[in-house]
Amino acid sequence: MRRWDRGWRLAVRLACAIAVAVLFVFPIYWLAAISVKTPEEIFAYPPVWIPSGIQISSYITLFRDGDAWAVWNSLVTAGISTILAMAIGFIASYSIVRFRTGGDHLSIWIISQRMIPPICVAFPVFLLFVSLRIVDTYIGLIALYTAFNLPYVIWMMRGYIQEIPLELEQSALVDGLTRWAVLWKVVMPMARAGFFATAVFTFIFSWNDFLFALILTRSEVITYPVQVTGYFGSQSTFWSKIGAMSMLGVLPMMLVVGTMQRFIVRGISMGAVKG
Amino acid sequence: MPELEIRNVDKHYGETRAVSDVSLSVGSGQFIVLVGPSGCGKSTLLRCIAGLEEISSGDIVLDGKSIASLAPRDRNIAMVFQSYALYPYLTVYENIAFGLRARKTEEKTLDRTVKWAADLLHIRDYLSRYPRELSGGQRQRVAIGRAIVRDADLFLFDEPLSNLDAKLRDGMREEIKRLHRELGKTFIYVTHDQIEAMTLAERIVLLRDGVIEQQGAPLSLFERPANTFVAGFLGSPSMNFIRVRIENGETIALPDGQQVSARIDPDGIGLPNGAYVWGVRPEHFHPAEQGGDSIDAAFDVVQPTGSRTYGSFALGDAHVVAELDAHALDPSASQRFALGVALARTSFFDTETGKAVWNGAQAEQESGNNR
Repeated sequence: MRRWDRGWRLAVRLACAIAVAVLFVFPIYWLAAISVKTPEEIFAYPPVWIPSGIQISSYITLFRDGDAWAVWNSLVTAGISTILAMAIGFIASYSIVRFRTGGDHLSIWIISQRMIPPICVAFPVFLLFVSLRIVDTYIGLIALYTAFNLPYVIWMMRGYIQEIPLELEQSALVDGLTRWAVLWKVVMPMARAGFFATAVFTFIFSWNDFLFALILTRSEVITYPVQVTGYFGSQSTFWSKIGAMSMLGVLPMMLVVGTMQRFIVRGISMGAVKG
Repeated sequence: MPELEIRNVDKHYGETRAVSDVSLSVGSGQFIVLVGPSGCGKSTLLRCIAGLEEISSGDIVLDGKSIASLAPRDRNIAMVFQSYALYPYLTVYENIAFGLRARKTEEKTLDRTVKWAADLLHIRDYLSRYPRELSGGQRQRVAIGRAIVRDADLFLFDEPLSNLDAKLRDGMREEIKRLHRELGKTFIYVTHDQIEAMTLAERIVLLRDGVIEQQGAPLSLFERPANTFVAGFLGSPSMNFIRVRIENGETIALPDGQQVSARIDPDGIGLPNGAYVWGVRPEHFHPAEQGGDSIDAAFDVVQPTGSRTYGSFALGDAHVVAELDAHALDPSASQRFALGVALARTSFFDTETGKAVWNGAQAEQESGNNR
């Protein structure tokens, strides 16, 4: 009787878990399905839940025509700007926390930069980039993403660094480390989870940016979100190419989040405890 | 051998003075304890010595060279922090080796030194563990180990035992004292606990509001306090302060009208008539002898501790605690009791300034002999 009871409860729990998982995974599955469906299947009603075959022609086209470079462009711009923003932001936030650089107001001002609607910045930046001749270049996009992500990085890292006991750093100073060495050997290991969590989110912001990439690129460094919209034409829409391109955009993200999951969970919960 | 000289050091934060004009000289191999109530500037002074705080004026000289403007890492000082400051991401071994690695010590020497310290502190078995897997006492040992592996000129301890429970504290106190003897290095130790100060120090430096109130050997401070603050700070339960008048040069009039003799045979204590604060430690009381001088004490609360029993009573507006034999008083009832006082061991203070004007007959004689 008892054992039967326990079996039931396990089954119900399992069923719930599966239901939730299906709910979460379905959109991605649907995207993947579209990318390998035939045009008829995409528009069929009732919907075709499972494609009859795997049509990889869209993927082949993307790579053959060079459209897949957009994913590479996204990787380069998001990746390098994340590294830059993390390096600069880490040092800046340390300085704000430990040396009270800028007093009470600098950090508020910094985060306030994040509150400006991006569209208000986009066109002035475009004009600036035109005169600097960096429209449609890696440097332009990387500089913009770095600048745009810095407030977020500084704000997050500030919280993580504040939680490091001061005595840990002082002890290291007395033991013979320079300030830079303290930063690397004490602050970094202590804030590691928060650091990687912040880096992942920074990367995601840049990776998903559509607005700036649309305005600041033409043809050379088009990123994948801009590329995707290119298939959504007024004459005809290439649904399977949209699906395939989107899949190429989703995969690196899944990889990043998957490998960093441990840090993301810990980093976020660290911030949560602080409130 | 290195000698530390603190010369007229001031440290203020804006308007607040944490340390005012402190001068102190610490001989090589000495064990100095800076003690005082919280906010007295003792930790600030220690941090100034370590270089974690800049001094506002004055100088700090170690081994003949001024270190006041050097970075902490260039002062060759080791420090143990109150919170232990262990790196949670490093093993015990790496924690202890941290300072040696920072100074690029050769791997063989490093290994030998770490193991030497671990043996000395009985933590050899824990070297591969992480700090979170250790008890408070073990963490404290690691923190001390991290300091002693450094061949430092000076060892600073900032309230290292205050996070431990009472039993562990007693044990660690003894170990720190033993450690000092084995290493033969100069220790400067900060605490707010007068017991730690008394038991550990070769010399106590008692601070209040950033100023040195008195310094000297523990027993000399205890027996010959310079003022009521020092007298009240050292000793537990603390000294009783009773407002009295000396009359006719030979009687002490207590606040409730009772009188006791101010004579230590054959003479009076030699203080002019007038008002004084009489400092009597609880242990200066004893049961009155037959026919001798006595204070009639009405005990209202009696607290046995096992070895001794503390009883409190009122003398006018003064609340007085007396320490007696374990069975001298009945803990369950109010009672009257005739108390004698070891007058020769008590102190008299000026009512206005709180400065000691008479510090016991024996002390007088001793200092008289020295003269």
